[in-house]
Order: sequence, then structure tokens, then C-alpha cells
Amino acid sequence: MSKIIKLSKGLDIRLEGEAQKSITDVALASQYAVSPLDFENLVPKMLVKVGDKVKAGSSLFFDKNCPAIVFPSPVSGTVSAVNRGEKRRILSVVIDADQDQQYESFDMVDPKVASRDDIVCLLLKSGLWTLLVQRPYGVLAQPADMPKAIFVSAFDTAPLAPCYNFIMESEKEALQKGFQVLSRLTSGKVHLGYNAKCEAPSFEGVELHAFQGKHPAGNVGVQIHHICPISKGEKVWTMNYQDVAILGRFFLTGKVDLHRTIALAGSSVKNPSYYRIISGIKTDAVLSGQLKEDHVRVISGDVLTGRKLQYSDFIGLKANMLTVIPEGDTYEFMGWAMPRFKKFSVSRAYFSWLCPKKKYTLDTNLNGGVRPFVVTGLYEKYLPMDIYPMHLLKAIIAEDIDKMESLGIYEVIEEDIALCEFVDPSKIEMQQILRNGINALIKEGE
Amino acid sequence: MDLRKIVDNLKPTFSKGGKLSFLASTFDAFETFLFVPNTTTAHGAHIRDCNDMKRTMIVVVLALVPAFLFGCYNTGLQVNLTGWTAFFYGLVRILPMLATSYIVGLAIEFAFAQSRGHEVNEGFLVSGFIIPLIMPISTPLWMVALGTAFAVVFGKEVFGGTGMNVFNPAILARAFVFFAYTPQMSGETVWFSTWKMMGAQDAVTGATALEQLSSNGAMQWSALDAFLGFIPGSFGETSTLCILIGGAILLIAGIASWKTMLSVFVGGIAMAYFLGDVCGMFSYPAYYHLLVGGFAFGAVFMATDPVTSAQTSTGKYIVGFMTGALAIFIRLCNPAYPEGMMLSILFMNALAPLVDYFVVQANINRRLARAKK
Repeated sequence: MSKIIKLSKGLDIRLEGEAQKSITDVALASQYAVSPLDFENLVPKMLVKVGDKVKAGSSLFFDKNCPAIVFPSPVSGTVSAVNRGEKRRILSVVIDADQDQQYESFDMVDPKVASRDDIVCLLLKSGLWTLLVQRPYGVLAQPADMPKAIFVSAFDTAPLAPCYNFIMESEKEALQKGFQVLSRLTSGKVHLGYNAKCEAPSFEGVELHAFQGKHPAGNVGVQIHHICPISKGEKVWTMNYQDVAILGRFFLTGKVDLHRTIALAGSSVKNPSYYRIISGIKTDAVLSGQLKEDHVRVISGDVLTGRKLQYSDFIGLKANMLTVIPEGDTYEFMGWAMPRFKKFSVSRAYFSWLCPKKKYTLDTNLNGGVRPFVVTGLYEKYLPMDIYPMHLLKAIIAEDIDKMESLGIYEVIEEDIALCEFVDPSKIEMQQILRNGINALIKEGE
Repeated sequence: MDLRKIVDNLKPTFSKGGKLSFLASTFDAFETFLFVPNTTTAHGAHIRDCNDMKRTMIVVVLALVPAFLFGCYNTGLQVNLTGWTAFFYGLVRILPMLATSYIVGLAIEFAFAQSRGHEVNEGFLVSGFIIPLIMPISTPLWMVALGTAFAVVFGKEVFGGTGMNVFNPAILARAFVFFAYTPQMSGETVWFSTWKMMGAQDAVTGATALEQLSSNGAMQWSALDAFLGFIPGSFGETSTLCILIGGAILLIAGIASWKTMLSVFVGGIAMAYFLGDVCGMFSYPAYYHLLVGGFAFGAVFMATDPVTSAQTSTGKYIVGFMTGALAIFIRLCNPAYPEGMMLSILFMNALAPLVDYFVVQANINRRLARAKK
């Protein structure tokens, strides 16, 4: 039993609409899609065209930066649309699903004995390589790299996040297989961070680390910082816990089976609970009849870091939850002077600190105007790392690459500073600024 | 009458392409004062904390109110009035100064916001309230106006506005008036109102508690009087009790840093003890220094300014301690002028970025050392 890493900084935002612990199987929907928008720094190039027949696991498009990385179709069917946005940027590749699902076949290898190259090759072909994320930068892992270590977090502390212990209960075998594959991909160890309040998971070939604390204690980036922080020039990989099971399932069955259990949560959902879906499903298959109101925001992911969707959009390929909250595009009379008992603030300038157990229904209103940085010492309280977030963000705004490096930009991605953005009374778009900084670094490195 | 409809009807006139579009920032300031905008989150976190700059600043203003109310009463008291008469005398006396500072300051703020196409910042709501509170009561209005204008233009706007300034604007206004008009701003008469109304009489006493301590080594008031604030001085600075009530509001709301505030007091008492009890520079109790002059006001409302004080936690302790210690050092070692808080805060404002630099550099060095391992 390793010692518990206790994090005192952070915040659990208590929201209405937590998913109840029951899983509904969602029947095969008519349409699925893969969106390149879920991957940072990806330049998609199509491998299929509208009308092509594909199987589950067939490649849909590849990354121009690294042509070996291909993206798998979640289902078998016919490519029915390639949706494009400004500058012909690909938004999603839509597949009309067949009733009878067929799977692409691969020459499987045994991860225990096969060479690392063979495993990498198989992962690339199957498209499941795209489940690997590289730190720094939070981008797709590069096949040519040998990561120092691989990190997985076995719990998610974001608001309304799914309980992995519940949804992964029946996936133990797949998880074990997945970890076995991961352990072959790194020269170092596979680290698994788990919630100290829960029972320690038991998998072979992983090093366990217990974490205790509020959000973002479950963020893999925070865990890396406390286990073995990333310095300049180093690369580690991360994978989501449920994705490890998908990876393992592939090696157990030989099929690219993108079934996953997602949480449908949020205050605008009638019966928040869990759904068993195939990744990339059109959201109305899950949402129909489930919304309390019309004017809502559907988010692929959690409320702090997710991607905004339309009602009949497609859930992200790697999303583990769908959150629905009310839109907040209304005016509030003298809001800044009101007691605002129904709103939440970490500042005791309002009263939510008097009822710490209360759950809130929060909308998408910005709750104020954008201002320069004024308040100091606040942001540090919500980032459990030895990093000065305001100084880092200012370095990014000043486009000072050296300063960004020395202040620790390699150790954070958007999700890690999302809480700082949430609490910020100056309403600065920190996640966007951080991504701009990361992109500047990637460009500098090219 | 639907206020929102009126605002919506007016909006096109002030928006891009409208007749009065050059007043867009001004309109926006009034609109957002009345209504929290309907802006929703576009990138990043979809939900946001309901605290904003307006609320933050208004809590600071609220925290200043006890000192302000007591200042009204004490101003009357110092010219031998009592009860409500004293209070209203003080109120009538201060309102023109308050109006001057707000009108001049906000006009400049609005003009700069307008020319830059920015939204108007709320920071001056606090500065504008503090400026009359730290001026001697008989400061002429034109000096208040000039000091405010100097502070806002050269203290804040030339650096880019709220959040970018090096010096606390309010203390800068005070310093400008003090150094530009020293003869008018010193001496014994400046601390008392000379307006003969409501039965006000000439003040009996001549010097402030701090001046008496400095020249006689004793003051005519008890420590309790000094703590409660029944002594002459700048309008809002005399009552340590009311200032501490304000301080409590700031600390409970989590707006001012307790690290800075506490460190200033610790630094002050440490230096006073050192110079008094150890070096023997004075014989009255060291804690007197925390009760008289602008020490408490500066410690609670000005040294804690998040922008001009240190921005790192460690830096807050260091800068706070040095602010307090330096204030007492200047008080006792500068023969020309008995008060030291103003200069100390200004000096530490200038030094805070250097302290922060070393704290942040330590973080950078930790990261470098880790990489080499």
C-alpha cells in the first residue's frame, strides 16, 4: 500500500443532476460520427468519401502531421456526410449505421510476447492509437516516441463526473488486458492514480498511487505532477480509464468495439443516469424525452472542460459524459448587488459558503464582464501544483516562450486550470489562453 | 415601466454604427451597472462563479463605510459639536470632496475606456472613495481634483488601467497633494474644518496625536480614545476600531489578503518595539503606533491592494512586513514629517514586483533543479 497523496487545494462544485447508478443499454442508433474537434493539433485528411461502406474499426481519416495515425469508425455502415465549417475545416464524419454490425478484422498479436513495434503497428492500424494522449500539450501520442511513463487516473473528480468504479465493475478483465498492453509501450512504468477513499484496484503491471482531495485531484495532469513531474524535453502518455478497457477489449476479442458507458447528467436532465452507448452516437438517441426544458446547453464532457454541442449533434469519440445545463443568456437586474442565494461562488462576498452541502443549478451566464487580472492569490488555491497560474498566463499573453517553459507550461493542459477559470472574477478565458500558449510552443518546436 | 426595454431601445444608438457610438463604453458601464449582461460562456468552462469585479469592488466600498461614518461624526466632534449635529456637519463637509474625487476620477476613467474601446473598470469605485478619506479635512477641492487627476492618469491609465498599475492610485493622490502643496498640507490647521456652520467652533487642540507623539513623546488622548478614533487626523483614518470592522469584512469576504494585513501589523509592532524598547528612541508604549496616524487604514485598505502589493503568497508576507516596519521607521527617523505610512506603501509598491520576481524565480529554479536530477 503506497502512501496517500493528499491535496488540500481544489474545489468540488456541487451541482444538481448527478447520474443515478443505473445503466440503460441504448439500441443501435441510426447515425454516428467522429469529430476531429475532439483532438488538439490534429489536421485531418479524409480516407473515405461520402457513400463508402465502412466497418467498425475501418479508418475514416488520418492526421496530416503523422499519417500513420488513423481514426476508426465506431460502427459499420455508410459514410453519409462530411460536415465542414469555416475554411472547409472538417467538423464531423457521419456514418449511417447498418443494422447488422460488422467489424474490421486485424492480425492480432499477443501483447505478452509480441514486439513493441508489432503492438504499436496494430494499435495504429486499428485506430485505437488515438486513445493515447501525450503530455506535454495534451495532443495525440507520436508513434516514434518512447514515453518515460504512462499515467492513468482511475477516478474523475469533475462536477457530475461518472463514477468509474461503478461503470467499470464488469470490465476488470478488459482493464487488465489494457494495462498489459500499455506496459509494453513504455520504457518506464504504468502509473494508476486512484481515489484514496475507495478500495485500491488490483491490476498486474501497474504502480498504484492513492490520491485524496477535491477536484482536480482526479485529473491525470495533477497526478503526474505529484508522482513524477514533466520537465522540458520529456514525454509521457496518458489514457483515460475507460479507454484502457476499450484497448483491452480489442486485444481480447480482436474487434474495435467502441462501446462505453457514459453518464447523462446535469440539472436540465429529467432522469440523470448512465447509458451504454457506442462512442460517437447522435445525442438525440440519448437525450430524447430526457430534457426538462428547451433552452439548454448540451456538453460533450463535463461542465468545466467539455465541448458545446447542438441538440442533435454527436457525442465526442472519447467523451465519458454528456452534461445538460440551462443556457444563461438572460439579463439579471443589478445582479452584482443582489444576495444571489441560488448562485454559487467561492467568494464569501456571496452566501453560498454558508451552506456547503447545497447543490446548485448553474447556467452558462458569464456572471460579469471581462476584466484584466486584478485579484491575486486566488487562482493558486484551485491548482494543486507548484505553479503560479497567473504568472504563467501572463507569460503566454506576452508570448514569452522562455518564460512559459520556466513557469511550467509543460505540466498543464486546459483541464488542469479549468477551476481557476471558473472562479476568476475577471472572467478571463484561461483555457483558451493556455491552448494558445501550447500551440505557440508546438509551432516553435517544429 | 420596463427598464430593460428602455435600455434595449437605447442600445442601438450607442452601438457600432449608431449616432452616439463614441459613447459605447459609457453606455456599457451604465447598462452593466443596471443589468448583469446576458453574455454566456463561449470557450472553456461552461459555468462560472457568480463573483465579478463589480461585486468585489462594492464589498471593499462597503468595508470602508464604518470608517466613513465615523469620520463624519469625528469631523464634527473636532470642532466641538456633538451627536447628530456633529455627524451631519461632517457629512456636509466631506460630500463635496467625495463628489469631486468621483466626478474627476470617473470622468477620466470613462474617457480612457472610451478612447481604448474598453469596458469601464470598477477599480475607481474604491480609489474614489478612499481619496477623500485619507485627505486632511480642509484640503481645498481643487487640490482633491488635481491629486485625483494625477493619480488616475499617471498612476493608472499610463500603465494600461486597472490591474496594470504599479502604485496604489489613492495613496498616489495623497502623495501628490502632499508634495506639490506642502505648505498648505502641513501645519496644525489643516486637520480641522474651518467651515463655520451648525455652530461649529475653532478647534481647541492644535496637533494630531502623531505630531504630539513625535514632538512631545506623549499625546493628550488616552490609547482608548485613539483606538476608538476621537482624535484629529485625516477623515477616515482616526478610528482603528471602525477600520478593523472594515478589515473584518474584507477578510471574511476573502477579498483582502490576511497575509498582507497581518504582516503589516506584525512588521509595524516589531519595528516600533525595536526602536522604542530596544533602541530607546521613545518612551511611550510601542503599540501606540498602530493606533495613531494612518497606519491601520493603510494596513487594512491600501497595503492589501491586490494589484500593487505582492502577487505571490510568500511575497505578501515579505512586502506586508516591510510595509509595516518601514512605516514606523520613517515615522521615527524622518525629522521632517511625523507620518510614514504613505511613503512606506508607495515604496513597497515599487518594491513588490522585485519581491515577486525572486519568489517566482525560486519556483523556476525548483523546476530547473528537478529537470537536472
